[in-house]
Amino acid sequence: MSEPMSKPMSDAPQSDKIPVTVLTGYLGAGKTTLLNRILSEPHGKKYAVIVNEFGEIGIDNDLVVGADEEVFEMNNGCICCTVRGDLVRILDGLMRRKGKFDAIIVETTGLADPAPVAQTFFVDENVGRRTRLDAVVTVADARWLNDRLKDAPEAKNQIAFADVILINKTDLVSAEELSAVEARIRGINPYARLHKTERAQIALHEVLGRNAFDLDRILDIEPEFLQSEDHDQHHDHDHGHAHDHHHDHGQNHEHEHAHHHGGLKHYHDEDMQSISLRSDQPLDPDKFFPWVQDLVQKEGPNILRCKGILAFKGDDQRFVFQGVHMILDGDHQRPWKNDEKRESRIIFIGRNLPGKKITEGFESCMA
Amino acid sequence: MTDTRSDTVSVVDRTRSVPAGGAIVGAHFLGRTVVFALAEEALLFAEPSGEVRRMAVHDGAILATVADDARVVSAGDDGKVVVTDIGASRVLATDPKHRWIDHVALGPDGAVAWSAGKTAFVHPLPSLPRERGREGRGRQFEAPSTVGGLAFLPKGFRLAIAHYNGATLWFPNAAGAEPAKLEWKGSHLGVTVSPDGRFLVTTMQEPMLHGWRIADGQHMRMSGYSARVKSLGWTAGGNWLATSGATQLILWPFQSKDGPMGKQPRLLAPSEHRVDVVACHPKQDIVAIGYGDGLVLLVRVEDGAEILAKKPGDAPVTALAWSADGTLLAFGTESGEAGVIDLA
Repeated sequence: MSEPMSKPMSDAPQSDKIPVTVLTGYLGAGKTTLLNRILSEPHGKKYAVIVNEFGEIGIDNDLVVGADEEVFEMNNGCICCTVRGDLVRILDGLMRRKGKFDAIIVETTGLADPAPVAQTFFVDENVGRRTRLDAVVTVADARWLNDRLKDAPEAKNQIAFADVILINKTDLVSAEELSAVEARIRGINPYARLHKTERAQIALHEVLGRNAFDLDRILDIEPEFLQSEDHDQHHDHDHGHAHDHHHDHGQNHEHEHAHHHGGLKHYHDEDMQSISLRSDQPLDPDKFFPWVQDLVQKEGPNILRCKGILAFKGDDQRFVFQGVHMILDGDHQRPWKNDEKRESRIIFIGRNLPGKKITEGFESCMA
Repeated sequence: MTDTRSDTVSVVDRTRSVPAGGAIVGAHFLGRTVVFALAEEALLFAEPSGEVRRMAVHDGAILATVADDARVVSAGDDGKVVVTDIGASRVLATDPKHRWIDHVALGPDGAVAWSAGKTAFVHPLPSLPRERGREGRGRQFEAPSTVGGLAFLPKGFRLAIAHYNGATLWFPNAAGAEPAKLEWKGSHLGVTVSPDGRFLVTTMQEPMLHGWRIADGQHMRMSGYSARVKSLGWTAGGNWLATSGATQLILWPFQSKDGPMGKQPRLLAPSEHRVDVVACHPKQDIVAIGYGDGLVLLVRVEDGAEILAKKPGDAPVTALAWSADGTLLAFGTESGEAGVIDLA
């Protein structure tokens, strides 16, 4: 079977790599508050912190590195393939001190696009060999996010790209305003874990150690609407509970959106959408790989993230993949379990995605 | 062919191993003493007598080292540039904002250049530890983006600075002289100049090299690598540019006035593992090659004949260095395996 996807991050056990968490969010949303909260909790862990504008924000930590946020284009025929040149350099230097810290946190500026940061881990072999991207965590200002989504494309990118979103400063808005912000976020990114916080108060395991880019953990590609309910002002729930709840919610979701069933699920933002594809029929790898490669070549600049679990005809293994713009990373994950439904699921999050074309293309990949 | 090279002529039994106690990031010779740079804090002196001394020079990671026969210059994440000779060290410069010093370079007359972020600095006078006080006037240059690499031209008047979208040739001692720009789209991360001063070559973020003929800016693209090129060097006499980044040694021909333009590279010493470090013999066309599995081979450019210098180990080779007379070869690895091979 042809598998023309690169596997740059798969050559060493994920557990040996230092996890890197990316904190994004528009100016004033509370990134630095969250960062200081992470650093000051009594977790016994040491973090290396990469911040912009060295020395200008008060961060109390031993290992703080100033970054320049230099975004470099790659000469690989891929117009949207950019990397953070400064991260390549800084992570290489930091890894000379491995053993001195347990994890790395990258705080970006309010105007930063998370994609070049993520792509750095896929594209640069040195970076991918020794560190792994854990998750993109976006802090959103409950009061101002709706305005920023109207006037700042960066803010929308940060929401669309996120694995975890904190709606912060919930004490400054009414319940109606809060649910409006939440609906707005869900319209752009239904897949991120959503938390409502005041002064960025959140249990650290909700933002660190998420493994959101680990191919082996690409299980949770269901939308997360109802998830947020039990995070409201409470930060003490445990993983088990969240997990159970997640299953329930999957069912509810099916029911709630029955009228969309059978392919496209579409939540309305003016230009940023998510597309969810699903099929019970096994896929033909010789049709699927050329299709998805062609799709990301053509639509890559508009596709921010994609993830999928695939069932190929005559293949007893689950195939999982993820992507950022034009870069795809995929591998066989594990054998399908006997009691597991052999179903292929893919999500795309992006700007002005041609939903009909993508759905038809996917349907033409059936074996 | 297997990586153990079991049938290959071996000099492994001529190795004196050195207890390094930590990852090695550089190796240099001061006379017949090997100076290993550790990933953190210290230089390790392996004397010909077998004695091993440790000298703390930085408060943190050592990010870059360079040496000539008289001194080792190191750069750290403590913002310091340190010059060390066989018995002493001194801080040549401390970045006022304690920024990381990312790169260092040494000129033929002992001048030292370094960079922190976008700024390149030159300390124009010879810089041995005992020459304290002869500070001269430091000069600095703002590159258009973070400096990716530094190299003095052979005569030492100009400094080549690699950065995003090309390289700049700067005359630190000629006030008012306009820096020459060599442009090529992309991120240039390392730079070297041919010993005859005619060609400048950069390593790029992509797995390729880019070169310019300095006289007329003629471009040379050198590609075909499987990984970013992190190590490169000129063979004695400058006929070949030896490079890492593939599962064999790639040598680009620079004998003719056109350099490698329109020519194929020579490919030697293939392996299952990638070449991570190369070091050219100072007198003959022989290259020491360090691989990702810890193997070290010596290969003769003329006929590809191989000699086994170190068997594969538990970590990639990270440093190789020849003594000035070419009779000693030092190696170091990411796991702290280190040694000196006597080839005399």
